[in-house]
Formats: sequence, structure tokens, C-alpha cells
Amino acid sequence: MKELLIGNLGLKALPHEWFTIGAAVTFIAMGLFVVLAITHLKRWKWLWSEWLTSVDPKKIGIMYFIVAGFMLLRGGLDAIMIWLQQALSSGSSHGYLSADHFQQIFTAHGNIMVFFVAMGFVFGLINYIVPLQIGARDLASPFLNTLGFWLYVAGVLMVNMFFLLGSEYAATGWLGVAPLSGREFSPGVGVDYMIWSLQISGIGTTLGAINFIMTILRMRAPGMSLRKMPLFTWGSLCSMIMAVTVFPLLTATLFLLFFDRYLGTHFFTTTAGGDPMMYTNLIWMWGHPEVYILMLPSFGVFSEVVSTFSRKRIASYTSNVVGMIGVSALALSVWLHHFFTMGAGANVNAFFGLMTMIIAIPTTVLVFTWIATMYKGRIRFSTPMLWFLGFVGLFSVGGMTGVLLAVPPADFQLHNSLFLVAHFHTMVIGGVLFGIFAGISYWFPKIAGFKLNERIGRYAFWCWLIGFLMAFTPLYVLGIMGATRRLDHYDSSTGWQPFFIMALVGGIIIMIGVALQFVQIIASVIQKRRLVDTTGDPWNGRSLEWSVASPAPFYNFAVVPQVSSRDAYWEMKQQGIPKPSYEDIHMPNNTASGIYISAFAFLAGFGFVWDIVWLIIVSILGIIVCVITRTFNEETEYTLTADEVEKIERDRIIVTPAAHRGNDSDTSEDMGLTEFVKVVTKWALDVVKNKRWRTW
Amino acid sequence: MTKRKNKFSQGGTVWLILLGLIGLGLLVALLLRGKDVALFMPKGLIAREQHSLMIFSVALMLAVAIPTLILFYSFAWRYRESNKRAAYDPHARHGKFFVFGLWLIPSVIVLILASVMWPATHKLEPHKPIVGDAETLTIQVVAMRWKWLFIYPKQSIATVNFIQVPTGTQVQFELTADEAPMSSFWIPHLGGQLYAMTGHTNRLNLMADTEGDYTGSSAEINGAGFAGMKFTARATSTEDFNRWVQGVQRSSNMLDSDAYKRLLTPSKNNPVVYYSAAQTELYDTVLMKYIGSGGGESHNNHTEQE
Amino acid sequence: MVTATETGHQEAANDRVMFGFWVYLMTDLLMFAVLFAVYAVLHGNTMGGPSGRDLFSLPLALTETIILLTSSFTCGIGMIAARRGRINQVLVWYGITFALGLVFLGLELREFAELIHEGHTLSRNAFLSSFFTLVGTHGLHIISGLLWMAITLVFVVSRGLNPHMVRKLGLLSLYWHFLDIVWIFIFTIVYLRVFV
Repeated sequence: MKELLIGNLGLKALPHEWFTIGAAVTFIAMGLFVVLAITHLKRWKWLWSEWLTSVDPKKIGIMYFIVAGFMLLRGGLDAIMIWLQQALSSGSSHGYLSADHFQQIFTAHGNIMVFFVAMGFVFGLINYIVPLQIGARDLASPFLNTLGFWLYVAGVLMVNMFFLLGSEYAATGWLGVAPLSGREFSPGVGVDYMIWSLQISGIGTTLGAINFIMTILRMRAPGMSLRKMPLFTWGSLCSMIMAVTVFPLLTATLFLLFFDRYLGTHFFTTTAGGDPMMYTNLIWMWGHPEVYILMLPSFGVFSEVVSTFSRKRIASYTSNVVGMIGVSALALSVWLHHFFTMGAGANVNAFFGLMTMIIAIPTTVLVFTWIATMYKGRIRFSTPMLWFLGFVGLFSVGGMTGVLLAVPPADFQLHNSLFLVAHFHTMVIGGVLFGIFAGISYWFPKIAGFKLNERIGRYAFWCWLIGFLMAFTPLYVLGIMGATRRLDHYDSSTGWQPFFIMALVGGIIIMIGVALQFVQIIASVIQKRRLVDTTGDPWNGRSLEWSVASPAPFYNFAVVPQVSSRDAYWEMKQQGIPKPSYEDIHMPNNTASGIYISAFAFLAGFGFVWDIVWLIIVSILGIIVCVITRTFNEETEYTLTADEVEKIERDRIIVTPAAHRGNDSDTSEDMGLTEFVKVVTKWALDVVKNKRWRTW
Repeated sequence: MTKRKNKFSQGGTVWLILLGLIGLGLLVALLLRGKDVALFMPKGLIAREQHSLMIFSVALMLAVAIPTLILFYSFAWRYRESNKRAAYDPHARHGKFFVFGLWLIPSVIVLILASVMWPATHKLEPHKPIVGDAETLTIQVVAMRWKWLFIYPKQSIATVNFIQVPTGTQVQFELTADEAPMSSFWIPHLGGQLYAMTGHTNRLNLMADTEGDYTGSSAEINGAGFAGMKFTARATSTEDFNRWVQGVQRSSNMLDSDAYKRLLTPSKNNPVVYYSAAQTELYDTVLMKYIGSGGGESHNNHTEQE
Repeated sequence: MVTATETGHQEAANDRVMFGFWVYLMTDLLMFAVLFAVYAVLHGNTMGGPSGRDLFSLPLALTETIILLTSSFTCGIGMIAARRGRINQVLVWYGITFALGLVFLGLELREFAELIHEGHTLSRNAFLSSFFTLVGTHGLHIISGLLWMAITLVFVVSRGLNPHMVRKLGLLSLYWHFLDIVWIFIFTIVYLRVFV
């Protein structure tokens, strides 16, 4: 009877490890604080109608940033725990974590960083910026957009749910390789939580990718042919085409793994005809393109940044685009290089090694186009450009180590070593993350209406760069010393400990960098008035997003722009911007369907994890009903009349003479750290002394 | 309003970066003193070949990467805004040769590397036997949770977490697993790793050329006891090896089915155990347990035209 | 009054939705591709038990195929009627399509029930796992298609054949034909292959 009601849930599922109790308490406390704060400020209605049910890609983009930023802290905490354990557990010391717990931590770290941090930031950027770059007002399907976001949130909830119920996460590594992830070797709920968290957010990603492709291919401003599109949009398009191609593979594979665990099928089991090697193939057919999915938008960001901050158009736009397309196409043909050591034979290994090396060609071409863009340019070292400069050095190292790993006999010595770990972190941090940071600092004025504090931004950049070098150079060395990854303990005779300690120090510096990035945002808010962007075009940019006010109005463009060339806005600035004639605008209504469907999806996943059959059935029915209600709803838009548009435009824009193109390299008035600490301390003391919270 | 200049001038920043990188290198070099750098201190034939291949590949790539990075950062420096002496040409056009060169340079490097990689991959294919004078020593390996069982079929002995091999003799490891997830058999000083999986046999050929004790491990996570799944590979002279074999044959332990079943029970950090009189068909029996699964037949057992 | 720009706006939106739905169908196809690949790798792993040759009935599979093909045909006629605004014909032809789909489903469920009753369950061996998953996933898609069809027809009755409903029927037809194509592959690779 109890099983019918609550499946496998029981008292055992309640938190009973020190870390699950701690995390559960923390999450509940944080949640309560947020709920109480919003209630006290009477902001529930505002939150619901202005943000949560919004279909505005700008708002959804910001929400992605917030969730991804929060998960960056969560995944970063995992990283610190890993660094600490490995710095301590040499010889007779076994650190402070059990082997199983340690394995859960790096598994969660990988899942969170790839699915919820990187993908979250990428989707945030694409959501906000791509419509603005192509002259569109919204994505093709506002409903799919909000649905995709809330499915992502459901995935975030699911990956953290085990703290509250279950007390264990998967301990298999972030991809859950079979047969380790099967029922025989991982009987607990941890792997199920991993499967459903990835599954739900993966479906959200697929829907989002379909949406982005529809938008970019069907909603560009008149005159903007594909060959006139900005490079960030190109990078996003390539990325999303890869995403729709390979995320279905992940969906299918995760279902098959789940069937093995839940229904007792034999896809990847060691007996009864199962084939674990097939899981390795399938999961990496998704997994390799996934890292390029993350990387292509960053390539696009860097192309925009190098062009704007060298005050020169991109050198060889065509080679750049062909390069990005080439990388995307080739990315689908290299997956076996992740398991040369599984023994497929020389011909197969050599083929995949060759394809992997060939990817280096379009990638190098991209770097060359960036170098050529800087040639005879006039370069400003604003923060976005700094991220780019750091990226090129790190990415070159990462790329070289990647090509080295693509040589099968070399890979036999380097596979699953810390050299590999250093390689992919170089690519993901030095490539993807630096690109995201460059994009955020580049487009922040457009999003918030004021620029970011450059001074503290520089400090953050240097912390990231120095911290990264300190943290991952020793890992390259350790790999060459024969150190395997994912070890919770090692002999002192290996002599590895000093390198792990060096890595820990580097990690701490990175964490300081992250802290500084949050400080940077707060400091920018404090100096908002001084940093305000009055023109909408703080960097003297080249593409359409800079032609609207900052922050962008909710309809993006009052009048759909007519495009005649690449670097469309640059052209407009030379030719003169025509006087606008306003027309009626159709805008989509807000909707809560995304939230409801995702809530049911979460409940269905939870039901599957704990085998609560009635919950599964009810949730699936709930999804069906919500989908029907939404898709058969014909009243999903409202109209903004031309007069209303004109009024908003007149009231909003404070046009400042073009002569005030301030020297944005002059950051001498940006507050530094000491001033920040002073300001915050003063404020805090004032709040406490005068009991200011009573007026909030 | 407080106007402050940046603490470091632009030139000063560049010097600091260079100093920092040099410092990093020095620190790493210092920490490496006296350490065993397995991949750069090969003790076996295969490891030596892999080492040369790695050095060559890296050198080839650096030949392009270093000039590129120098060009890149010197452009960033030369064309900085504050350098009024540098030319500024926002309408610079790049000719056809530029685009051609753009694609040619990386293609040439990849072509060279690939033409080295392809034959090397075939030459260093793990199941390829090493040609030598001595008779090949066969060691059958069963990966379990969380230890390694080694069976010397010809000598009828077995060991846990320890092997001894004679130098200058080719050793063929036959790798499989029993009631364990995928594991990866790796002795970095002697050569690369290869997966040990249930229902499959992967063949790995190695040859030690220097006497010594070398660490072996599982390089693929296979459960909670993963970090402790280490073994020692001792390379000695042929006479010492023969003497060792005879010693093990006198051991009172026998690897009968009870002993084997006890080994299958998951355990961590197993001590070294010697068994005399291991059944010669034990390995095949293990494989038979998983017949019909996966590929079914032995994996990596091709007769390829090398 | 619907202005020219309004119809233009609606047409552009319709075109976008159709295009997006095609992209979605491709993702669904890729998911099926995985299931086909898995079936190709595992169909021989019967652990000595009965294989497809012993378990499948070609007449049954052929019947199911003809039924589904016919339903695609009737669906097509229904779509033509929809574009012509003939609401009664729409209801008739889609009704037949629905009925045929139901029969197909019934036959498939009976096949599954028989196999399970004889002990050939999906947890028996890898061959049966991959067979049930591949064919069963198609069956689940058929169920959702039938559900979609029923609900759409109900709305057609209550709202009439406005442009929105015609667009919905268009998407539904695409989905139904897509399922038919996938079935052709299943029929060929799973059933026909073992008897040739």
C-alpha cells in the first residue's frame, strides 16, 4: 500500500549525510528568505506578470543569466571540494571525503557546469542578443521560449533534488558510462536523478534550438541575407543546428539507460545480450558536438568583440563563416576520439584521429581572421577585449593539446589522465567561459542601460587568468607524470601532492575572480548614474543591436530596419538614420503554460526516480492538458498601435550629441575595491544603526 | 570625483605578464625535480615510441603556434589605441592570397601530422605482437572490483595486484573483466592503456627494457574502490623472473573456484596474493559467462593486414 | 477587419510554424534513428532464445502496414478537404483515418500481449528489449497522434474551419505521414528482413 502511494520513498530518503543535511538546510533557508522577502515587499504579482510568465526573450535571457550564475556558484563549490580533497589525500591521509562522495561531487560538477552553467549562459546571450542583431522583435515561438526556459529550471531543480530526498547523486562521471551507470553497479537513485535532470533540460534545449533556428532563418530584417548576418548570429545558428541534430540522440540514449534501470531491459547491461560499448558510442555522438555547441556562440562573440574594439570590420567574413560551418559539420564525425582505448582497431582509430585533426584547420582559420582584423586596427583594451586576448593564448594551448590527444598512440598514454582534464578545462574555461564573459561585459550596457565597472572587471579578468594558469598547468604536468583523473586518493611516493596544492591555490584565485565579478555588478549598480549609456551605442558598434536604446525597449525595434549591407548599423551611421514612420506592432501575450508544463515534467521525472506510478500518470496527463490548452488557444497576441509606439519612443530616447563618444578606455572614475568596501560598509552600518529595514 | 590612473602602465603590464609566465615555468620546473615523470621516462619499448611521437607532434604544432601567438600579441601591442605611430586602415582589404594562405597553413600542418599519425597508429596498435627473439609471455588479466587478477596460463600460476616480467621479452596481456564495469589496464612506464571489459578480450603487447618496479592502475572509473585498484609491475632479468615463478608455484594458495568466488566479492585496496596451480581454462570460463552479450566473440581479435 | 498587413503577418507566422514543425520532425526522426541503430546492433543477441523469424508474423505486419498506408491516404484527402473548407468531408475522412489508426494500434497491442503472455518480455534479452522499444516508441507516437486527432476534430466541430484549425490539421497530417514513413522502415528492417 505504501509503495503505491509513495513508491520507493521512505525515511531512508531523507537527508542523512553531512553534506545532504547541510545543503538541504541551506536551500530551504535560502528559499524561505526569498519567499519572505518577496512577500514583505509585496512583489508577487509583479514577479509573476513581469518576469516569470514573460515571453520577452530579453527577460528570459536575463532569467537564464541569473539561474546560470547561481549554478556557477554551485558547480564552483564542487570544484573547491575536489581541489581540497586532492590536495589533502596523499599517502596516509584520505582527505575529508569518502571515495563515493568524492565521485558524486565530480559527477555533479560536470553535469552542472555543462548543462546548467554553460548552456544557461549561452541561451541567455542568444535570447537577448540574436533578435536584436537580426532586426526581429521576438523569437519565432514565444511559447517555446518560455517553455524551454522553465524545462531548464526543472532540470536545475532535479539535479539538486537529491539533497532533500535521496541523499545520493550519481557517482559515475558526468556522462554516466555503462555498465557502471546500470542497475547492477549503481542501484541507488543517484543515476536516476542525473538521467531525469539531463533529460528534462535536454528536451528544453532541443525546443529552444528549434526556436532559434526558426527565428534566424525566417525572421531577419528585410535586406539581411545570410551573408550579411552578424557573426554572433552565425555562430548561434551553427550551434543550434548542431543542437537539433544531436540532442535527440541524448534523449534516446538516456531513455534507453533509464529503461535498463527501471524496466530491466538489456541495452547496456553486461549480460543477456546487452552492449555497454554501444552506450559509449551513443553518448559521445551527442557529447562531442555538445562541446562545440557551447563553443560556436563564443567564437561569434569574439568575432564581434575583436571587430568592434579594433575599430575595423572583420577580416575575411566569408572565411570566418565557412570556418564556423566547417567546425560544426566536422564536429559530428569525431566522437570516437573519446575512447580510442576501447580497442576498435588501428583503422577506425586512425580515421577518427584524422577527422579530429582536420577540425583544427577551420579553427585555426578563425584565429587567423581575428589576427588579421587587428592588423592596422586601433585597439581599445576594454574588458571584453581583455577576455579575448586571454582566450587566444589559452585556446591555442587547449587546441594543441587536443590535437595531441587526437593521435591514438599518444592518447593511449593520456586518456583519462589529468592531462585530459586540463585540456578540456582549457577549452571550456579559456574558450567557452571567457567568450561568455566577453559577451556579457560587451552587451551589458545594452541589457542594463549602464556600463560595467571596468576597473573591477579587469581585476576579475586577471584573477581568472592567473588562477586558471595556476590551477591547470599542474594538471597538465600531473598527466605527464602518469596521474589518472578522478582519484580520491594517491600514494605519497608518486610525489604528486605539491602539484595538487598548487592547483588548489589556483582554484582559490579563480573563486576570488568570481567573487569580483559579482562585486563588479554591484559596484556598477552603485555608480549607475555615472556609467549610464545614453546613446544605446557605447562602444561605437557595428550591428543592429546598438541602434536601439539601452536597455532595449520591450518591442526591440519601433520600426523594422531595412538592411543593405554587413555591419548594418555601421552603414546606417555613415548614411544617416532615416526618420521613422510608425506602424502597428503585434506582441505576444505572457503565458504561464511554460511554468505549468515544466512543473508537471519535473513531477513526472520525480515519479520515475522514485517509482511513484500514480504521480507519473497524473503528471503526464497534466502535460497533455496544458499543451492542448496552449496550442489550441488562438488569442496569443495583442496589438500595440502606431501611436502608442510613437509615444514610447518619444518619451524614452534621450538623444545625446554624437560628439559625446566618451573615451571609454578612461576608467579612472570607476570605483576600485577599496572604495567599494568603504561604500558597502558605510551602507551596512547605516542600515543597522538606523534600522532602515523597516522601510523596505 | 577621484581620478586615478591605472596602477600599471600598459608596457608595465606586458612585462608583468612575461615575468609571471616565466615564474610559472620556474615553479613547475622546481616542483618536478627528482620526480618520476612516467611519460617522459619510458621503461619499455612501446612507451618509448609513444614518447617520441608525442614530442614530434608537439614540436610540429609549436612550429606554427609560437609564431602565430607572437604575431597575435605583437599586433595587439602595436596597434593599441595609444600608439599613434601605428597605421590605422579601417578599410584594409585582404587579397585572394591572404585567404588562400589562411587555409593552406593549417592544412599543411595537419597533413604532415596525419601522415605521421596514420602509420604510427597501425604500428603501435596494442594487439600487434612485438617481434623479438624470446618466446612471448602471455598474462591473462581479469579486472574485478576492485583488484586485478593475473593468470600466467603457461606457468599455471596466478597473482593479485602484482606481476613480474622479464626485460627484453614481449608480453601479451589478454584483458577482460568479471562482474566489474569497464576498467582500463595501464602501466604508464611501459606503454599505453587498454580497456578491460566483460565479455571481450582486448590484447595489449608490451615489452620492458629496464629493470624496476612500475605502478599500474585502472585508468577508468569503475566504482567506489577505483582509486585503490593499483598493482605493481616488476621487470627483472630472465633468471630472476624464472626464480620468482618457481617461488609462486610453491605457494600454498590455490586458485580454485572457492578462491575465485571470494575474489569476485567487491573489496578495496587488496594486498598482493600469489596462487599456485591456477586452472588454465579459468580465463576462458570467465569469458564464457558473458557469451551472447556485446559483440559476443573476442574483441580486438582481428587478423588485420598490418 | 483584416488588413493586408494582418494577413501577411498571419501567413508569415504560418510559414514559420510549418518550418519549425519540420525541424521538430527531423529531431524525432533522429531519435528513431538511434532506436534503429540499437536494434541493428542488438537484434542478434537472443541468448539462444527465439529470434524474429520465430516470433513475428509477416501477414500481421503486412496488414498493419496496409492499414497505416491507407490511413495516410485518407488523411491526405481530409487535408485537401480542409483547404477547400469542406468541414463535413474533413470530419468523415479524418474520422476514417482515426478509425484505421485505432485498428492499427489494436493489432499492435495484441501482438505485444501475445508475446508477453508467452514469456517474451522486454527484459528477457537484448533483442526483445530493442524490438519492444523501437516498435513500442512508434506505437506511443501513434497514440499521441490519435489523441491529437481526436481533440483537433472536436475543436473543428466547435470552432469551424478557421485558418488556425486548417494550420493545425496541416501539422497533424505532417505528423501522421511522418509516422507512416517511420513504420515503413520498421516494417522493412524489423519484420520483412527476417523473412527474406
